[in-house]
Amino acid sequence: MNYISVKNNQTISFNEIPELEYPLFLEQNVFTLLKNETAHCVSYYGIKLENCIKLICCIADDSENDIKISSCIVHVNEPLNSFAHHNLVFEKFEREIFENFGVNYTNHPWLKPVRFPADRFSKNTSIKDYPFFTIESEELHEVGVGPIHAGIIEPGHFRFICNGEQILHLETQFGYQHRGIEQLFLSKKKLLQRSTLAENISGDSVVAHSLAFVNLWESLCNVHPDQSLKFERILALELERMAIHTGDLSAMCTDIGYQLGSAVLGRLRTPLINFFQKWCGNRLAKGLIRVGKTNFPFTQELEVELAKILDDYEKDFEEISDELFSLPSALVRFEKTGVVSTELATKLGNTGMAARMSNIKRDIRYSHPHDWYCEFVHEPILKQNGDVYARARLRKKEINQSIAYIRQLIKTFPVREFELPPISTPSVNSFTISLVEGWRGEICHSAITNSNGELVHYKIKDPSFHNWLSLSIAVRNNEISDFPICNKSFSLSYCGHDL
Amino acid sequence: MLKNLNILRHQGKQFIPDISSAKLANTFRGRPVISSEEVDENELMELCPTNAISANPVCIDLGKCTFCGECAINFPKKIQFTNDYKIATNIRENLIVKAGNDELIQLNVETIRKEIQEYFSGSLKLRQVSAGGDNSCELELNACSNVNFDMGRFGIDFVASPRHADGIVITGPITENMSRPLQICYDAIPDPKIVILAGTDAISGGIFEGSPALNRSFLSKYKVDLYVPGNPIHPLTFINGVLALIQKRK
Ligand code: SF4
Repeated sequence: MNYISVKNNQTISFNEIPELEYPLFLEQNVFTLLKNETAHCVSYYGIKLENCIKLICCIADDSENDIKISSCIVHVNEPLNSFAHHNLVFEKFEREIFENFGVNYTNHPWLKPVRFPADRFSKNTSIKDYPFFTIESEELHEVGVGPIHAGIIEPGHFRFICNGEQILHLETQFGYQHRGIEQLFLSKKKLLQRSTLAENISGDSVVAHSLAFVNLWESLCNVHPDQSLKFERILALELERMAIHTGDLSAMCTDIGYQLGSAVLGRLRTPLINFFQKWCGNRLAKGLIRVGKTNFPFTQELEVELAKILDDYEKDFEEISDELFSLPSALVRFEKTGVVSTELATKLGNTGMAARMSNIKRDIRYSHPHDWYCEFVHEPILKQNGDVYARARLRKKEINQSIAYIRQLIKTFPVREFELPPISTPSVNSFTISLVEGWRGEICHSAITNSNGELVHYKIKDPSFHNWLSLSIAVRNNEISDFPICNKSFSLSYCGHDL
Repeated sequence: MLKNLNILRHQGKQFIPDISSAKLANTFRGRPVISSEEVDENELMELCPTNAISANPVCIDLGKCTFCGECAINFPKKIQFTNDYKIATNIRENLIVKAGNDELIQLNVETIRKEIQEYFSGSLKLRQVSAGGDNSCELELNACSNVNFDMGRFGIDFVASPRHADGIVITGPITENMSRPLQICYDAIPDPKIVILAGTDAISGGIFEGSPALNRSFLSKYKVDLYVPGNPIHPLTFINGVLALIQKRK
């Protein structure tokens, strides 16, 4: 075996990552490492070196709680045997490598652009030229939706091929939200600029993405926050999970026309995000998570207030949940709609909720714990059926779990021990990888520094990157009118995908 | 049925009765106040992530500010953020807050196009376009219509089709990849129409300023009728700003 095994948030020397010949690299990552059911690919990407591309593959192994990293040097015009040809999990990763560097995969199932980034390899085509899959038939028709959708949501294009009202095929096209964030991480050199970038990757996962960044950066700079800081961050992460899950349950009620549920759950989110506002001045927690410090310590007054908010929330949440999940008109829309079987979810490499809904035990809090999660064993909530109902119930149960965690955090909140010394420069020639389980699923950030300790590469992977394909599969053979509820129940990110 | 009525009863009153006088937590960062205290202005400018601070005298441009609060934390005697959320205006320069000048941020009534109050004072339908928005302003714009803020009571709603809209609300720094769809959407809105920029990213590019993936040329073509700063915008900032824009004046 030729890889280096690291723990979540461990910094290693970049040179320690073994470099393999391509056939071996493929063999190891696709066949050997992923044979283990508890292993999954958390990131796979390329870095431009002078005349070649360095590929870096990171396979997380949940049973050994480590991440196995290996690399390989390839040349642009060298024809390559595609990973995705053997394992679909790599489908998007390879498309990204192809799009960014022009790497020539000979047997990729569909080598199409991912997001038309500003620094793409070929500028011959732009986002309006995306090559959609088509079927010639007099019976079938196509429906195009987006990039601008009916409601206030982010842009992306959905192209359906339908047989009457039934969806045969859905292809999703993204890139509209591409802001060039990974490049900005390099060109904006102030730490505060980078923290700000991290919290703007996806505004519904401010805490999760910021946490991945600060954990990574603190590891790179070899500083260790005290317990209170670690507690605060997890408290914020669980609160974010609760707030967004609540909002999504409300939106799911909207999509099935259940007005009471929509209104009640919608307003139940309000005190949670208003609490963030009270804590740090921002309803979505921007400004809260900072490297090596906090500008907004969690005080006793806040403790009392949050405890009260949770008590009030819980009562009303249980009441409306009972009603929602026993309402025949809701259940008939939720059950057996948008199904992804365990087998398919495994094949697609789903992460986060999109894995747990199909009975796959995948959760960074349990497999690669950090901060407060190291103090106990988190038990992920699992559902069996992979349908809209499973995704709704999963949210309900995860909210209950988050409430219990936040209560526990409040009860055992440690005294502030020390202030961290000012942050130094990152270690030189280093590599760090950071995993966080946001409400959507596993977020992965990784960084590389040069011999001056300057950032030379920053890679972000939002769980949506994996999970969008799963939505396309889920809606097959469903009525097209069920698409909104399917889409909402996955609630994937456009900007997190497009970066 | 009984159960539903019970649930309804348990909600109590959730709406904010007076949208223009609601109080936010003191920690909320709205309009800053800058004192005339002497500070190292270079150091102050240097710490800002988006070059929102300029010197001599010290000014903060709310069109660039991400409201991170870092300047106020490091220079508490110089800069303080108040919880005044009424920071929307129709004049770009009005977003620049100067040292020693503790004035409210308002709309300049003289420069509001006549047809706006004529056509839209009783009813305004808006089409939202996210052009690289990070989904935070989008969440808050959705919140404007929830039971708490209930913007619909003023006749202001978001609509699905640009054909039904009286104006466009843009969020995000405007990416190259969204520039064409944005233009198509704008063109599809019947005249007269208004343009609202919601959030720091839309107003100046925010933290994304300078990225080669942006294309902000749309903004040089049309007059912006309302700037709503924030990262993300607060629903109260948005609703009060829009109400001030469309208010009937004699
Ligand atoms: S609060 Fe605004 S002005 Fe102050 S540092 Fe942050 S972005 Fe700059």
